[in-house]
Order: sequence, then C-alpha cells, then structure tokens
Amino acid sequence: MSAHPVPSEIRDPLFVRRCRQLALALLLLWPLLHYSQFQPWLLWDAQSLQALKHFLLSCMPPAHDPEFLQLLWQATWQTVAIATAGLSLALLFAIPSSLLIADSLSLSWQDFGRMRQPARFARQSLRALLVLLRSVPELVWALILVRIVGLGPTAGVLAIALTYAGMLGKIYAEILDASAPQASKHLLQNGAGRIATLLYAKLPHALPELISYTVYRWECALRGSVVLGFVGAGGLGQRMDESLKMMAGNEVTSMLLIFIALVAGADLLSKLLRREFAQ
Amino acid sequence: MNIQTSTHTNMQPNIQPMPPAPKRRLAPYFWLAAIAALILASFSSLNLAWRDLFQAQALRTTLEFLNGFAPPDLRLAHWQRIAVASLETLAMSIMGTLLAFVMAVPLAAFASGKLGKYDSKYTALYRGIAFLARMWLNFFRAVPELVWASLLVVMAGLGPFAGTLALAAHTSGVLGRLYADLFENLPAESEQALQHNGVGKLHSFFYASVPLAWPAMLSYLLYRWENNVRAATVLGIVGAGGIGQMLKYHLSLFQMQSAASVLFALLLLVWFVDAVSLGVRRHLAR
Repeated sequence: MSAHPVPSEIRDPLFVRRCRQLALALLLLWPLLHYSQFQPWLLWDAQSLQALKHFLLSCMPPAHDPEFLQLLWQATWQTVAIATAGLSLALLFAIPSSLLIADSLSLSWQDFGRMRQPARFARQSLRALLVLLRSVPELVWALILVRIVGLGPTAGVLAIALTYAGMLGKIYAEILDASAPQASKHLLQNGAGRIATLLYAKLPHALPELISYTVYRWECALRGSVVLGFVGAGGLGQRMDESLKMMAGNEVTSMLLIFIALVAGADLLSKLLRREFAQ
Repeated sequence: MNIQTSTHTNMQPNIQPMPPAPKRRLAPYFWLAAIAALILASFSSLNLAWRDLFQAQALRTTLEFLNGFAPPDLRLAHWQRIAVASLETLAMSIMGTLLAFVMAVPLAAFASGKLGKYDSKYTALYRGIAFLARMWLNFFRAVPELVWASLLVVMAGLGPFAGTLALAAHTSGVLGRLYADLFENLPAESEQALQHNGVGKLHSFFYASVPLAWPAMLSYLLYRWENNVRAATVLGIVGAGGIGQMLKYHLSLFQMQSAASVLFALLLLVWFVDAVSLGVRRHLAR
C-alpha cells in the first residue's frame, strides 16, 4: 500500500455517514448479542482450551482399522440409500400432486379465467398440505418419526420423503405452469385433453428443467440424510454422534473426510447428470 | 432433390425435405439404467419396516401418538419460554450470518485473487494465501451446520453460542464461495482505472469492486439468512440452543402437548421469515 499512498484530500466523503451507520447497527445488534449468549472469551478459558487440546490431539491420525472402515462403508452406503429411497418416495407423491395443483392444466381456468368452486377448494387444500410438509424441517420430521416407527433408516427415509414431497410438488407445478403457456393454451382451447396437453406441450419444454431440479434436490437430500442420524434415523450421522459422545476424535476425523468426499462426489455426479439430461 | 422440379409440373405443394433425424445416443439409457439400479439397490439394502408401517397396529399407534399432540399446551408460562427460545433462534441466525459475512468478504477477496493479483513482489505469498482461502471455503462449506454444531458444543459448551458459531462456520464457506465467484466475474475496468491513477489494491477493491457487487452480495446474504433461520431451528437438537432444543426436550420427555405448541411456533417462525424475506426481496427488486 505504501507504494501508492492515497492523497489525504480524497478521503472517503461518506466517512462520517458510514461511521454513524456502523454505530447504529452495533446498537441494534446489542440485544442479539445477549440472546445468542455471545461470549467468545469463554472459548479462551483454561478448561475449554484443555478440552479442545485433548480433542484435537485425539483427532490425528484418522481411524483406519479395517473393522471400522467396514462399519463406515456400511453407514455411508446407508446414507446414500436413505437419500435415494426417500427422494423416490417423495416423487411418488410430488408428481401427481403437482399435476393436480398446476393452474395451467385447469380447464375452467383456461376457459373462463376462474375456477369452479370445488376444483379451487381441492387445489387450495392440496397446496396447504404441501406447504405444511415442506415447512417442517426434515430433521424435525425425523425426530417425530423416530418416535413412531422406531430408531433406524425407516424414519430417515420417511422424513426425506415427506419434506421433499412438499418441496418438489410445489416447484414442479411452478415449472409446469411456466412452460409453453401459449402452446398448451391453444391445445386446451382447441379440445385437446389435459393429458395430451401435458405430454405434447408442457413436458417437451419443461423436461430438462424438471430433471435438473430433481437431481439438484437429490444432492440436497444426500446432504440432509448425512445429518439425520443425529436423531437416530440411521446413516453416517448416527455413527458420528456415537463417536462424538465417546470423544473419539480419530473416528470423527475419518468421518468428516468421508462427509466431504461424499458431498464432493454428489456434486460431481449431479453436474454430470444435469449435463447429460438437461442440454 | 426432385421435389423442386416436380412442383412445377404436378402443381404439388412445395415440401421441404425433412431434416435428418437426430442421432440416437446410448448415454441417456445408460444413465437411466444406473439410476434405476441405484433406486432398487437403495430399497433392497435398507430393509425398511414396511410391514410394521402398513399394519392396523401401526395405524393405531400413529393415531394415538398424533392424538397425544392435542390439545397443544397453551399456558402463558410455556409460551413465554417459547418466545424466548424463538428470539434465541432468530438471534443465532442473524449473528451467525453476520459473522459469516465478516469472514466471507476477505476470504472471497483473497480466493478470487482480487487482492494482490498484479503485485510482482509478493506473488508467491498471495498465491499461497489464495490457496489457503480456497481450501478454507471448500472445507467449511462441505461440513453441514449440524456437524459443526455438534463439534462446537464440545468446545463452546451447550447453548446458542455454539449454534451461532456453527452457522457462522458453514455460512462463511458458502457465502465466501458465492462472493468469490461474484468478484471474479466483475468487469475489471473500474478497478484498473483506480489503480492506474495510483490507488492501492485495498482501496480499489473496496471502492470499485465492492460497490459493483453490492446488490448481489446483499441478495445472497438475505438468501443465506433465510436458510440459516431454518437451520437454526434444528441446531438445538444437538444442544446448540434455540427452539429446537425445546422441541427435543419436550419430545424426549414425551410431553407431547408442550411439543405441539413448540412445533406450531417453529412453523410460525419459518413462515414469518419467509414473508419478511419475500417482502425485502420485492423491495430490493423495485
């Protein structure tokens, strides 16, 4: 910086205003600091430093005995399987409901610009159900489902299925509504059925986007299913939770490495798939 | 080939030859088969408890369980605790996002090579810093918030502070990556114009690049905050404070009616943040 000194006469003209804004922001942040119990100095007291040192020392080298690796491989596959099975179940619900709630496939809407009362009611209630499904985070679904179906991957699969059904149903309907509006309107007004309109106007236009979004959501489901185990719904998270509770740092390290590899792998695969289908 | 000539003689409509059919490719079929195999393998290896799920017994337990939720706990003291926990969740999400923002801007500046790209004297040093910054972004992004939270609970103790740090850690990676891409794609001219006139790199970054990127930066920040509120509601499940901790607590004690009102408050919180975010976005877009 010293090579190019800023001449003092061109100081920031907004300097005073920026300072005032910063002070105001800090004042507004004050209650937040209180509520989030923001006490960084706690990190530097002797006891937690000791715990941190102990934990970090146990982190190296990563655990790699064959028995543990076997266990880790099973957990990793379980994570992938939970995400895939959950998403497939979600599709079973999301695809029909997206067809039902898509406004552009409503005949009365196309003809008169407004829907018949029962049809409107059915659509609105299905929409409300989808909102409810996707508003509850998957981890909370898992927390509840573990109490209904017991510990294990079933709860995880159902949790992913419920959340993603709500999400995918809504987005599919939006994509369908936005795709080929003119063509599908013409088809419907000239007497084509709704299924024909879907197959010959909507889908050819929307398919790449639908596929690409689904693959992206599969990637998200994979990230999600990694942590579902923390509430006992199977997969890597469950092992991680156990290792953390036993303060086995070396196991945690190898699991973190697997996590990162898994997420990177899903990222890559999702990119490949999207390039293949969504061109 | 003969179509053109035949139209004149036989008065046939002018038909263009059909374009050649697109080449059939095998790759999509391969991918479809792979996806089908993955789905089949997933279902068969998980041995899900379908049978338990579709029995009259299961239906009865589920209904019993759901009946336990009603009526929700409406006592004032309980709702006061819920309000405090919701404020804690909101505070965690805001503080976590802001901390992440403070970390993400310099990380992104270094990772995108904005600071120190044209320097000859310290090139190696800056390259090292850029490499480290990129490593940081990749690592912090790859580890989910919940894993950060469960690690940080060990170090910072139970409570919202661990949750705040966890959100900040993950979000610094995500935001930093987004901002680095943003900085890299900015037109270089305005920064160069300042630098040719003798302004240092730090100043040219803050007075040329940042103002250009600012609207997009704000929009990403808002989007991450929305995500972080959702994340903050569940961080409590591993003991990192907020409304999730309350939900976990009541569910583990099988106090279903209290859990029902916490769940309801959680939904309200998520919807509230969605509405605020939508409103701000509309305001920004105008």
